[in-house]
Amino acid sequence: MLPERSWTDQRIENLLGNLLRAGVLFSALVVSVGGVIYLLRHGHSPVDFRVFRGEPADLRDVRGIIRDTLKLRGRGIIQLGLLLLIATPVARVALSIFGFAKERDRMYVVFTLIVFSILLYSLIGSA
Amino acid sequence: MTILEFSLLVGASSLIAGLVGALTGLGGGVVLVPLLSLFFKVDIRYAIGASLVSVIATSSGAAAAYVKEGFSNIRIGMFLEIATTLGALLGANLAARVSTHAIAIVFGVVLLFSAYFSRKPRSQAERGVPLDLLATRLRLNGSFPDADGARSYNVQHVPTGWAIMFGAGALSGLLGIGSGAMKVLAMDQAMKIPFKVSTTTSNFMIGVTAAASAGVYLNRGYIDPGLVMPVMLGVLAGSLLGARILIKVHTKWLRLGFSVVIILLAIEMLYNGLSGRI
Repeated sequence: MLPERSWTDQRIENLLGNLLRAGVLFSALVVSVGGVIYLLRHGHSPVDFRVFRGEPADLRDVRGIIRDTLKLRGRGIIQLGLLLLIATPVARVALSIFGFAKERDRMYVVFTLIVFSILLYSLIGSA
Repeated sequence: MTILEFSLLVGASSLIAGLVGALTGLGGGVVLVPLLSLFFKVDIRYAIGASLVSVIATSSGAAAAYVKEGFSNIRIGMFLEIATTLGALLGANLAARVSTHAIAIVFGVVLLFSAYFSRKPRSQAERGVPLDLLATRLRLNGSFPDADGARSYNVQHVPTGWAIMFGAGALSGLLGIGSGAMKVLAMDQAMKIPFKVSTTTSNFMIGVTAAASAGVYLNRGYIDPGLVMPVMLGVLAGSLLGARILIKVHTKWLRLGFSVVIILLAIEMLYNGLSGRI
């Protein structure tokens, strides 16, 4: 492998690693804010996760989660944080497309696009 | 139990799971689902959703540290992620179709395997492996920093590795685990990639794989914010803490103790699955 190319690879990976950490810490912050609101409002209600009911429709997709967040609902804000967390590796894959394009590595641009489409399908198309 | 008490207890247990998972290198995800479903009596589908989200947090949180060491191979990772994400979609779709008893039984078997692999000594990297045509075409061969400068390696058996990765992705989507051990197995044993490169590249892939099934779980309504909040925050805090004290702790006894715990949880999961309690 050419030293120049491996240097670029390493630089891209450092950038991606930092992006991932920032994404995780930010989403943890959002989840914590939502968690405090949720516990303040519902902390003294009895707990029930024994029976599986599935989440209500508004906590299942992006639009519903944003609507709940704007109403400052604790569960909605937590879900927004979790959505950001799931989006973090997706963003990493999206940035890799540009990284490989910059190295003019067409084959890996295609591979990365395939992974990116699978992730988008899972988030949006699988409903 | 009130929601506040439940959140504090689940948060504290998840912190310990994340801490021990990071210290032993086995990951906390594998004990989370048994912990939630056996001790906190959470429905296993909610437990799997919570575990999956936590796996993304720990994998992505640790990535920055791993990347700086210069071991991970981004091309191997991306090429194999095609297999793991496709497998993850399959696993997540299976999770909605098979019974919870079946999931518990598969989980028990996978726990037994992880206990076995955690006791297995690391394989020594083979030197002088010949060039493989497919791996060379795919530009998978690479190098990593060694005591005497950069050491290069040649990747082998690409189709076998790809197939195992597909299976690892499917298990991750079905059970909500990172299936890091199986990913390392595919790279280190099948593809003859050096151990250190395999583990760091696997960590990078775990987050992307889990994200592929987490989307399906979210759309299905398996991600409960009230449950995931303490689990995700606890596991993340535990794993970040574990990464800091990693060097100071003797991990031999910890690994032994953790594998005993995993075996006990495996038996408990198998029993509950077979008797129809989960």
